[in-house]
Amino acid sequence: METDSVNYKRKTNIRWLFNMAWRDSRKNRSRLFLFISAIVFGIAALVAIYSFKYNVQNDVNGQAATLIGADLAISGTKPVDGSLKHLIDSLGDERSQERSFASMAYFPKSKGTRLVQIRALRGNFPYYGSIETTPVQAGTAFKKGKMAVVDKTLMLQFNAQVGDSIKVGNTLFLITGILNRAPGQSGAVAGIAPVVYIPMQYLAETGLLKIGSRVSYSFYYKYNKSVNMDRLTKKIDPILDKAGMRYETIESRKESTGRNFGDLSKFLSLVGFVALLLGCVGVASAVHIYVREKIASIAIMRCLGVKASEAFLIYLIQIVGIGLIGSVTGAVLGTAIQHLLPLLFKDFIPFTISVQISWMAIGQGILLGVIISILFALLPLISVRNVSPLNTLRLSFEEVGLSRDPLRWLVYALIGLFIICFTFLQLNSWLGSLFFTLGILIAFLILAVVAWLLTRIMKLLINGSWSYLWRQGFANLYRPNNQTLILMVSIGLSTMFICILFFIQSILIGQVSLSTSGNQSNMILFDIQNSQKDAVASLTRKQGLPVLQQVPIVTLRIEQIRGKTAADLQKDSTIKIQHGVFAYEYRVTFRDSLSESEKITDGTWVGKAESGKDVPVSVEENLAKRANLKVGDKIVFNVQGVQMPAYVSSIRKVNWGKVQTNFQVVFPTGVLEDAPQFQVLLTHVPSNKVSAAFQQAIVRNFPNVSIIDLGLVLSVLNELLSKISYVIRFMSAFSIITGIVVLVASVRISKYQRIQESVLLRTLGASRKQILAITALEYFFLGSLSALTGILIAIGGSWLLAKYSFELPYTVSLLPAMVLFLTISILTVIIGLLNSRGVLNKPPLEILRTNA
Amino acid sequence: METILNISDLSKTYQSAGRMLTVLNNINFAVTTGSTNAIVGPSGSGKTTLLGLCAGLDRSSSGSVELNGINLGNLTEDQRAQVRNQHVGFIFQNFQLLPTLTALENVMVPLELRNEKNIRSRALDLLDKVGLADRGHHYPSQLSGGEQQRVSLARAFSNAPKILFADEPTGNLDAETSEKVVKLIFDLNKEAGTTLILVTHDLELAAKTQRIIRIKGGQLIADEKTING
Ligand SMILES: Nc1ncnc2c1ncn2[C@@H]1O[C@H](COP(=O)(O)OP(=O)(O)O)[C@@H](O)[C@H]1O
Ligand SMILES: [Mg+2]
Repeated sequence: METDSVNYKRKTNIRWLFNMAWRDSRKNRSRLFLFISAIVFGIAALVAIYSFKYNVQNDVNGQAATLIGADLAISGTKPVDGSLKHLIDSLGDERSQERSFASMAYFPKSKGTRLVQIRALRGNFPYYGSIETTPVQAGTAFKKGKMAVVDKTLMLQFNAQVGDSIKVGNTLFLITGILNRAPGQSGAVAGIAPVVYIPMQYLAETGLLKIGSRVSYSFYYKYNKSVNMDRLTKKIDPILDKAGMRYETIESRKESTGRNFGDLSKFLSLVGFVALLLGCVGVASAVHIYVREKIASIAIMRCLGVKASEAFLIYLIQIVGIGLIGSVTGAVLGTAIQHLLPLLFKDFIPFTISVQISWMAIGQGILLGVIISILFALLPLISVRNVSPLNTLRLSFEEVGLSRDPLRWLVYALIGLFIICFTFLQLNSWLGSLFFTLGILIAFLILAVVAWLLTRIMKLLINGSWSYLWRQGFANLYRPNNQTLILMVSIGLSTMFICILFFIQSILIGQVSLSTSGNQSNMILFDIQNSQKDAVASLTRKQGLPVLQQVPIVTLRIEQIRGKTAADLQKDSTIKIQHGVFAYEYRVTFRDSLSESEKITDGTWVGKAESGKDVPVSVEENLAKRANLKVGDKIVFNVQGVQMPAYVSSIRKVNWGKVQTNFQVVFPTGVLEDAPQFQVLLTHVPSNKVSAAFQQAIVRNFPNVSIIDLGLVLSVLNELLSKISYVIRFMSAFSIITGIVVLVASVRISKYQRIQESVLLRTLGASRKQILAITALEYFFLGSLSALTGILIAIGGSWLLAKYSFELPYTVSLLPAMVLFLTISILTVIIGLLNSRGVLNKPPLEILRTNA
Repeated sequence: METILNISDLSKTYQSAGRMLTVLNNINFAVTTGSTNAIVGPSGSGKTTLLGLCAGLDRSSSGSVELNGINLGNLTEDQRAQVRNQHVGFIFQNFQLLPTLTALENVMVPLELRNEKNIRSRALDLLDKVGLADRGHHYPSQLSGGEQQRVSLARAFSNAPKILFADEPTGNLDAETSEKVVKLIFDLNKEAGTTLILVTHDLELAAKTQRIIRIKGGQLIADEKTING
């Protein structure tokens, strides 16, 4: 007898496996592609963002010089004198100077006034790039006379033309050009503080540089020969630091800009990744059903001698192949979508973004897509190995031992590891990526639990008294192989994204408009000289407006904290005081009582100083944290050159959300009354018309006084928020589309089952209409319960954000939530019905025949 | 006379809902190479279970199955798959063709697994033998039940098996088609000299073999030669 007649060690024929995978996929291709299309949009989002990132990186590297406009820029908030002036004047081969500050500008033709940022310039700055103006030559020509270039939003607002004039302080300037973009400034910033360039030789004439005006001094240098910037900056850094000045080089600007947009693209790619993960969960559940349908085929192959590993590989090859196709499709789509991103971000980015195909981004996207589709498909695929050939004799429908396979833990671990590693690549922090991964897991869990709870409650609510159609529609959510949970998670997640966005936006806007309504102050006048104090107040009253608050403001610096100075801080790194604390110029006030928006958290408030003793001051809690200040700590202030010993008598919590004057340090009465100071006045204007007239009167009489109109701020803020929310909505669209794809796929997957049910119902006498109603109700339940899940979580999430992050009172805007709820529910019903159409329209017999 | 299949003290029990269910109880028999055998018994008597054990599709609870001198109990599932691929052919009541493969491809699979040569022409020859040479490119769903069973016959003989297991091969076919298929089974079997184990509850069909093994309630109750034996 031949006992060695069997060759147990038959080598696996890889080519044959591919052949089988190809053959087996023939009848399932459209379905397989439908599974995998769930990842297409996630990949598209990532490829688009990566391409954007690489393009921005290139642009930053190429355009950094034009962003800063010089080889070296030094800036500070104090006038320079003494040895510092000597240093400042000795640097560079070519020098320019700029002073910038906020001031009112007045357009005589339209009588319009607005707070603008004045930049007084001397020299040939920018040395790289240009001040972009229309006409082009205006950007340099304005320095030759009493001329100005004015930001385009301002020109538009006041309907001004080149050739008109603009009044800054006491001086009238001829508008010689429209400013399209100041060096290094983005559109969003320009909207908040529109820039007006004037020549520096006329600055003194404007009469705007008085006490209290916060001026920033900038110095720009060009080097004709290349110098070692590193060595130079190392040398000047300590001197500048002591003077509270900062420097920037092309290299450092490159880094900081790169970092900022790196953060943006990190955030965006994580949002895209969430969409991808969502799609992957969809892929996993679709493959699960696919494998179940393949049990019979796998059993036959096993009977014919196919090894378990070979059967597994055949289906793995299919998934890899289709994952590759899905990823390539996603990459192509993403490369196309990339063209939209510059439009989306053009207001936030201070340079022109180029759009180029990034092979790096495409490669990364495809690799990511293949890896992640394999990882998630592995979960159901490993059970292929456990299919017994016995199933050919008796299709036992025994649950394939997926739940018991120990390998599944390995796959879970791999998925977790992959997510952590991927997020690490984005965030560069293990802790951060661990939190992100846990966060995702918890978010999915919360979604799943809420979804499950809602269906539970629904189950209890629906009892025998409901009509058959409703009960049947609901029961359909529980059909075997259902994907109810994954659908609820994905639709719920998309709903949640959109909903939180609406909520936060309305909370922020609501907050600002609340504080400007009624009799609360909505206009702030500042830089009022002490001598103008009474005149401004009486002018305000004469216009019929209330003087809600009039506060003196003194500017000062901190010289010592607990006996330590800035110089000590430099030498001893163990001192726990943040760097800027000594360099910063503080605007403080003095009064005898606390305001409504303040609350003492530690120590006691002292309203009056005793002469000859240290001054008891109250410190705002954030400053206390930065300077590591406790009650009783000694501080020495420098008030315009005069040393003033003080101690912390209390620490305050300030509600910055309210529009009123808030201060980091509040002095008691009795010490600062004679210090150089200026005044701030708060009033309430009832309408835009009154506001315009009042501003004109103030600017005419007191050109140095600046006015913040909160109505304007509000509209600018609103515009900015809607731009940001547009970006977020754009990103969340990817997970919404993914949700829809998963929905379509799952309807398709259960089609055969639905056909049989529908035929059965129709043979039992149900009308076409009734079946349609059952199907519609099923999707209505699905859509509405998912939407409700998302909205509930959004309410919870935005409540947490409002309470702990913004510290604002919480209000739910129910209307957008209702609209969203209805939209999602109806959309789900429409998609469900469109997909089931084929089932509903055919006569039963035809269906039985074609599916036999 | 050589023995191709040797069953000794074979038992199979299932554990379901905490209860032990003995489906096969202490079965003993041996089959000589090239013979034709029928296993008959009422529905639920354990025929299919016995066939599954003989063909190495399942593990016994006790006792041994020796196929072509190999004790299947000592092999892993993958090793048994190799035994099946190289020595065993199958015919099932519900045909069990791979639905996503054409008739021709279905016949080719066992040959491809063995990495043989001229696979396509040999598969076509086999299809020709069962009278379906011109239906090779059709999918199972495009074939009638009888045609499907003939394809499955071609597939079963494609690897020149030493032993062929057939579980109720005519169970899903009408009388006329059955007759054709049965004739084919016996003709091909004779031509290839294959050992045949035929499970059926159809006594008329069983009578065409050389030996009838009767089981009832999981026990072997009779084992006798027919007039052909
Ligand atoms: N996986 C199983 N678990 C429990 N009982 C089973 C299982 N498979 C088969 N049986 C039982 O074993 C008995 C024999 O089944 P089977 O071999 O299919 O009989 P036959 O093919 O003779 O009709 C039946 O009573 C059946 O219910
Ligand atoms: Mg049976």
